[in-house]
Amino acid sequence: MKPAVEAKSVSKIYETAGHAPVKALDNVSLAIAENEFFTLLGPSGCGKTTLLRLIAGFEFPNGGHILLQGQDIAHLPPDKRPVNTVFQHYALFPHMTVAQNVAFGLRMLKRPQAEIGDSVRQALALVKMEAYGARRPSQLSGGQQQRVAFARAIAPHPKVLLLDEPLSALDLKLRQAMRLELKRLQRETGITFIFVTHDQEEALTMSDRIAVMSAGHVQQVGEPLAIYESPVNRFVADFIGDSNFLDGAVVKTAKGGALIKVAPNFLIETSAAGAAKGDKVSLALRPEKITLAQPVKGLPRGVVREAVYIGNSTTYMVEIDGGIGVTVRESNSLSGQSHFAVGDRVGVVVEAGAARLLAG
Amino acid sequence: MQRTQISAWLGVAPAWFVIGIFGVLPMLIMLGISFMVADPYGGVEPAYSHEAYIQFLFERDLDDSLIFNPIYLNIVLRSVGLAAITTALCLIVGLPVAYFIARQPESRRDVLILLITIPFWTNLLIRTYAWILILTRNGVVDARLQSVGFEAGTFDLLYTNTAVLIGLVYSYLPFMVLPLYASLEKMDFRLAEAASDLYANRWRVAWEVILPLAKPGIVAGCLLVFVPSIGAFIAPDLLGGGKRMMLGSLIYFQFATARNWPFGAAVSILLMAFVMLALLVYARVNKGQGLPAGGH
Amino acid sequence: MRSHVGQYPGLRIWAALFFVFLYAPMVVLISYSFNTNKLAMIWGGFSVRWYEKLFTTGGIADAAFNSLVVAVIATTVAVVIAIAAALVLVRQRPFGGAGISTALISMPLIVPEIVTAVATLMFFVIAKAAIGFDFGIGNIVLAHIVFCIPFAFMPIRARLSDMDGTMEQAARDLYATPWQAFRYVTLPILMPGVIAGAMLSFVISLDDFIITQMISGPGTTTLPVYIYSMIRNGITPEVNAASTILIAASTVLVTIYWYVSRPNAK
Repeated sequence: MKPAVEAKSVSKIYETAGHAPVKALDNVSLAIAENEFFTLLGPSGCGKTTLLRLIAGFEFPNGGHILLQGQDIAHLPPDKRPVNTVFQHYALFPHMTVAQNVAFGLRMLKRPQAEIGDSVRQALALVKMEAYGARRPSQLSGGQQQRVAFARAIAPHPKVLLLDEPLSALDLKLRQAMRLELKRLQRETGITFIFVTHDQEEALTMSDRIAVMSAGHVQQVGEPLAIYESPVNRFVADFIGDSNFLDGAVVKTAKGGALIKVAPNFLIETSAAGAAKGDKVSLALRPEKITLAQPVKGLPRGVVREAVYIGNSTTYMVEIDGGIGVTVRESNSLSGQSHFAVGDRVGVVVEAGAARLLAG
Repeated sequence: MQRTQISAWLGVAPAWFVIGIFGVLPMLIMLGISFMVADPYGGVEPAYSHEAYIQFLFERDLDDSLIFNPIYLNIVLRSVGLAAITTALCLIVGLPVAYFIARQPESRRDVLILLITIPFWTNLLIRTYAWILILTRNGVVDARLQSVGFEAGTFDLLYTNTAVLIGLVYSYLPFMVLPLYASLEKMDFRLAEAASDLYANRWRVAWEVILPLAKPGIVAGCLLVFVPSIGAFIAPDLLGGGKRMMLGSLIYFQFATARNWPFGAAVSILLMAFVMLALLVYARVNKGQGLPAGGH
Repeated sequence: MRSHVGQYPGLRIWAALFFVFLYAPMVVLISYSFNTNKLAMIWGGFSVRWYEKLFTTGGIADAAFNSLVVAVIATTVAVVIAIAAALVLVRQRPFGGAGISTALISMPLIVPEIVTAVATLMFFVIAKAAIGFDFGIGNIVLAHIVFCIPFAFMPIRARLSDMDGTMEQAARDLYATPWQAFRYVTLPILMPGVIAGAMLSFVISLDDFIITQMISGPGTTTLPVYIYSMIRNGITPEVNAASTILIAASTVLVTIYWYVSRPNAK
């Protein structure tokens, strides 16, 4: 089956008089499957919005191809592409009612009046806004405007829906509710979603697959679990969730496993991924994968330097004897108490396979 | 890239066409005419001459020798002087008013600004003419004085420098108040509170905080008053009675009555030079602020 | 409650005197126009006889008609030119000609009116002598378009800058051609700016005296030029009446402008 959208070696360079040209996208290739909820995730300036705008047709690439169901659309204007966008700040037309907003695309496509009426009703019903057709956008709350923006983009039945950080203008509670809502809408409509966000939690909860981007490159593409559990490089490990980065040397390899020494009395066992004895390597280790214990013999030991209470858990900064520091997150006791206090001597337990060997 | 540049030029092309042909071209023609020979029946003879510029300061005697003639220099000095005094008076009158309005609640602020805007957009000719009714012998004030026993003509300011000055200040006061207001209204008033918290009394607050922050407005306002004042025609014509000529009325006179185009053009060039000078000073003082957005 | 910080004694009185100064001449003028007494300075009771006399005297109706024709045409053309220029100067980035185009459009604001007036006069005289270029009242319209453009441009540009640029993108995304996006989205949202710009142009054109005075000939007299000649012929109550009509027109137009251009206006 052909991918819904495919980017082939796409490059985009911005030139500003008096400045060095900026490579917003550098030879990016991606394939997004039909009916997929696909997320472009990365910090601002990573190129994710540029890629979205290239797919929408607001900008044209300097090189490469953008295929929509196998057909190159890279140089078509936006009105010639069966692709619609939900804008970050919704961009609802203030001089039109909600219904007129939703009907706009269908009117431009010169659909018959009766069909427009039906489609508008359906689209508004889908987002539970049937009762608001006659209102103006300015009379709606942020969440309602968001729903209208969605209905407007979905009404012409696009092949692909582009969502440019659509939840970023909402407050936290509403944002969380809308995540589930968007997921439901994607299931019900069966449309391919390409979702742009800088919020890793959003990406992890909603996506079928995620592309993590940085500095105009795609760093990793994969399902949320793979991205979180098996980051391929330091950037991904750092950007998604929290990580301790530990430098060390391979002291032993055996049967696909390796033993890495990160401090004099601190050895970590991990999958080898082609490492050989004596190699200098980096490890990523999630704070919640470390447990603290009594400072018994045989364990790497250290002192709790800071303990930050964050409700259901506590984050500890532990200084391990021999110099390195690690961050540890542990659930609190049933009564809500932290298990350790600043100044306590502790032992550090890292299960085999908890740490991830990083490429590069 | 290229295509968008071309379509951009197409968008501004009508403005370039109209302003270019009917705005810029006439100015260039005027510059050319200032270096030609006057035709006594109006118009010019197509021959080079810088006589028009010499005429500013000198008169030709019968034997063609140059005699210093201060009459035009006096007009230049009067224009610059009156424009400068007008600017200063507008600032003194306008600054407290702009500040007062900026400190009002928003709804009242809007109405007060509208009240300033209405005269601003009302015909200058009419607004100046109205002053004749007030300043003249047997005018509003003089008539009141007569009715309490003074002689007719006790109050008669018409056709004096004072009358011209009143007319100029009245004409251009809104040009000062509006930019002053614009910069004072934007001012974060917590800065004044911070200064006061740091032991400045209210006059020191005005001097050390409010005035420096109002500077862009002050500079823009001064420019917007000075430039039209120095080239004013209506106020000197109606209230100065043609005897108190300024550059504007001198230019008008060359075309309407004296029919000396090259000299009129040369005076216009001189006036433009003063305007350019004022703009240059403005750009210097207000670095990076751009030109004031004129009107409102 | 506000503290005493930034409160200065006498401000309120100063501001009150300022407004008296601003409006006194206009109030005097307007009240005289309704004074029945021929000797303007003595109040003889309310009357509209000067207005009646004004309208029965020939000339003023023609002048008013000329003023309206000039103002309507100049405003229409200036607004269209200003919209095109504003679309480029606000929306097209980067544009190499942005700085110089803005300077050109602002030029008529900077050149003293009297200089514009005589330069335009010489231009038309020479154009007529050289290539027979003379449109009569059309000359006045052309001169007015030049100085109306910046006044139409400013509020349109301001409105366009405030307008969310993604509106047009949203329209294009929803299958609108560039023209449809302009017609159905940009223009309606821009409308308050267009109305404001049109009001300003109209008032400026209607009020212009010096430039029109220089280039108008017999049969192309406008209202301000007519009023000037009346003033020159001596102060009569009819001048007051004619002036009052013009003040009323400006006031109405500026109030409409103010109303549509308030930041929260729809």
